[in-house]
Amino acid sequence: MVATSDKTPAKGTIGSGNRKPGESTSQAWLKEDSVPIVEFRDVTKRFGDFTAVDNVSLKVYPGEFFALLGPSGCGKSTLLRMLAGFETPTSGTILLDGKDIASTPPNLRPVNMMFQSYALFPHLTVAQNIAFGLKRAGMQKGAVEERTREMLRLVKMEQFSGRKPHQMSGGQRQRVALARSLARNPKLLLLDEPLGALDAKLRESTQFELVNIQEKLGTTFIIVTHDQEEAMTVATRIGVMNHGVLAQVDTPADIYENPKSRFVADFIGDVNLIAAKVGGARKVDGEDCIHFTVDGYKQDFVARSAEPLAKGTEAYLAIRPEKITISKSKDTQAANQIEGTVDDIAYVGNLSTYHVRLANGSVIKAQEANRRRISNRQITWEDKVWLSWTAGGGLLLAN
Amino acid sequence: MRRFTWFNATSLTFGFAFLYLPILLLIIYSFNESKLVTVWGGFSTKWYGELMRNEAMLDAAWVTLRVAFFSASLAAVLGTMAALVLVRAGRFKGRTLFSGMVYAPLVMPEVITGLSLLLLFISLNLDRGMLTVTLAHTTFSMCYVAVVVSSRLVTFDRSLEEAALDLGASPLDAFFSVTLPIIAPAVVAGWLLAFTLSLDDLVIASFNTGPGATTLPIKIYSAVRLGVSPEINALSTILIAVVSLGVIVASLADKRLAKSRGNQAQ
Amino acid sequence: MSGKWRMLTLIGAPYLWLLLFFLAPFVIVLKIALSDTAISIPPYTPQFDLSGGWPAISDFFSNLDFENFKWLIDDSLYINSYISSLTIAFFSTLLALLVGFPFAYAMARAPDNWRPLLLMLVILPFWTSFLIRVYSWIGILKTEGLLNQLLMWLGIIDQPLIIMNTNTAVYIGIVYSYLPFMILPIYSTLEKMDESLLEAAIDLGCNRISAFWLVTVPLALPGIIAGCFLVFIPAVGEFVIPDLLGGTQTLMIGKTLWKEFFSNRDWPVASAVAIVLLLLLVVPILIFQRLLERQQEAEAR
Repeated sequence: MVATSDKTPAKGTIGSGNRKPGESTSQAWLKEDSVPIVEFRDVTKRFGDFTAVDNVSLKVYPGEFFALLGPSGCGKSTLLRMLAGFETPTSGTILLDGKDIASTPPNLRPVNMMFQSYALFPHLTVAQNIAFGLKRAGMQKGAVEERTREMLRLVKMEQFSGRKPHQMSGGQRQRVALARSLARNPKLLLLDEPLGALDAKLRESTQFELVNIQEKLGTTFIIVTHDQEEAMTVATRIGVMNHGVLAQVDTPADIYENPKSRFVADFIGDVNLIAAKVGGARKVDGEDCIHFTVDGYKQDFVARSAEPLAKGTEAYLAIRPEKITISKSKDTQAANQIEGTVDDIAYVGNLSTYHVRLANGSVIKAQEANRRRISNRQITWEDKVWLSWTAGGGLLLAN
Repeated sequence: MRRFTWFNATSLTFGFAFLYLPILLLIIYSFNESKLVTVWGGFSTKWYGELMRNEAMLDAAWVTLRVAFFSASLAAVLGTMAALVLVRAGRFKGRTLFSGMVYAPLVMPEVITGLSLLLLFISLNLDRGMLTVTLAHTTFSMCYVAVVVSSRLVTFDRSLEEAALDLGASPLDAFFSVTLPIIAPAVVAGWLLAFTLSLDDLVIASFNTGPGATTLPIKIYSAVRLGVSPEINALSTILIAVVSLGVIVASLADKRLAKSRGNQAQ
Repeated sequence: MSGKWRMLTLIGAPYLWLLLFFLAPFVIVLKIALSDTAISIPPYTPQFDLSGGWPAISDFFSNLDFENFKWLIDDSLYINSYISSLTIAFFSTLLALLVGFPFAYAMARAPDNWRPLLLMLVILPFWTSFLIRVYSWIGILKTEGLLNQLLMWLGIIDQPLIIMNTNTAVYIGIVYSYLPFMILPIYSTLEKMDESLLEAAIDLGCNRISAFWLVTVPLALPGIIAGCFLVFIPAVGEFVIPDLLGGTQTLMIGKTLWKEFFSNRDWPVASAVAIVLLLLLVVPILIFQRLLERQQEAEAR
């Protein structure tokens, strides 16, 4: 970890996840004059007393791979199902290509959905499943066959066209479901936890394939997932949802580096949250920072802040374990240092996570890449250690 | 949360009206003062009193209950064994014949079962009476028990039995201390089914009964052939009440049992 | 007791029971069907007698013939009974399907907390006496019965309808008695159906009606077939319903067999009738059993 060069770039300039910057979507969300393909305007959905979606406004632009991320029951699937037409909003409007779609029944919307259970028709073969939507569209027989073959080729399932769904593995079913939902060439593809049923290894390779197919076709994808790694891998932008509210909409890198709330910081990746008391503003290397104190320590700490915080406010320092350096001696160069005792070491091969107990009893996790073999490790249980991090490494979040 | 659509609510209403209205009318008219069953003559319970004084009816009821009890109990044992064979015995010579013999009586027309059993009893020189009716009932109701119990056995987690064996139980011990208690609700359900089937049977009993072993359905049948009578309505009402009560209590007990088991599992 | 003996006892007891009380009787029925009527006890000849030794046995076999079956073909009563039984069973099955399907569909689409109650309400009549349920219709259908009283009171008719003692009454009785057998298998296939399949069909451009025909019905087909067999097979051999609700002109083979046995005391002919009935039903029964097995295999997968 090179402490001094760890500066936060200006917001929005980081390429998203695994995409080359600027590719396919040209970061349309940054431009004033971009026309969204989907727009939610103050959309609320209630089921009886339960508010599933609470006054959500959101714009998704053509060619985007947008991920709705959140814990189960946060309302992300409801948002998707309103777009597909299976639920109607209690209030608010949904625009597709600038037109209100409230009165359009689901079968007439230029939107297709890939279901969590895949919903492949068990009585039809793979080819018949893919052709199902094409026939409904009134396509000629020859054209249906042609398009079906094309879709089978796209998902590399040509040799399985005569199989029934129960004769295939989970991964193969997932491909057929994808082909079926793309066959009608929708303006918008909705994916409801599309990889939830696959095992970890297969899921990873499928994520990249999804991205490739999306880039090849240029169709706008909206994916619902509870798996933050999946969202980070596939999405151009992520909308993090909690209790029916959109907590933050940003690129994967911004969501990770600049979370706007405790919930987002905690939900995405591993994070230390340390209670802090705000001191005041301070410039570090020309950047606006805030200094603060931590209970049990006399010295001052410094970090960035998502918003201005008044002196004396109770706040939380959010800092990722990998941004903390652990050493046996004090690093006088670092902007922040704190002393503690090693409580536990979790060794996972490539990484070790040190659980360090502070004087005030709270525990901070610090992560180190294991560049040396484990037998050469210098730090062990009950050692007194110094943790250090840069001013830009941590982020102060209001309580 | 799903709600009833207008169409679904309508079809359910009409369906249940069709299923229950005849029975309901039958019960209502059992409290009819008039001898003419279909003309309302005011409320009365006199037909129930009449029924209680009808010795022949009471005798028939007593015969029927005994036959039902013995045949259901025998059927529960044989049916459970048959279920174990079907689910556990694997492949053996004559398995196809065996499963055929278990399933066929379920769809066999009663007239055929009744006639064939009668001819068997005659060639065995067995006098027709309670014994022959009981044997006949046992034969067809054991197949129902086998179906009910085997559907439970299929989902039975065999590692429970293996655990018992691992802890030192003999196979017989394991069966009686682990398997049987777990499949007991299915065996009880099978017994109840066998009991009501026997209580209900007219055709097979008619073929196989003899003097002194007239069952209630035979009695009802001969009365019904002469037309509707309020006394039969009263008798029917009692039978319906008893059976419905039994089924409702059994299903509630089963629900409670399932619930408490579910809690333990958590 | 060793494992092998335990297994042998377990298999042996129900096996022997069924051989003796289920299979053996059929052999006897077949034998008597080939015998002749006689005024004796039991009323048929020849009687099987082992004490006579080999000549008696061979004599016994030479006396068996197909005369009773020839009789069944010659007398139109039997042929008509068979045909009429199959027709009545077929149309009652169709009617039961028409009534049962919407009912099962509505049950499967009912709110979750309602379904156990609805299921119990469908099963409950099955537990109450068949005879009583058939009997309950007599008071409704007869000429001065409740249905006619109601219709005349409403002014829909001014002459009572003659329903009782006709085939119409038999249809009503069969549909009523066997409706739960139609509803339950259809319900269980519909209930298992993943609702997202319907959403997928609609998502792919179906309207509600085409989604119903293209997805719901094909997926419910195993239940529909099972239900139809469960109604059809017992309806063919039905005795109580045609006897109590049908008239003298209502011919059904179960009733004919009963008459032959109890009224005419012609046991050989009754046995021959039973054998033919069994042969008629063997094909549907075997098909049904195959379907059940295939379904179980599919579920095991």
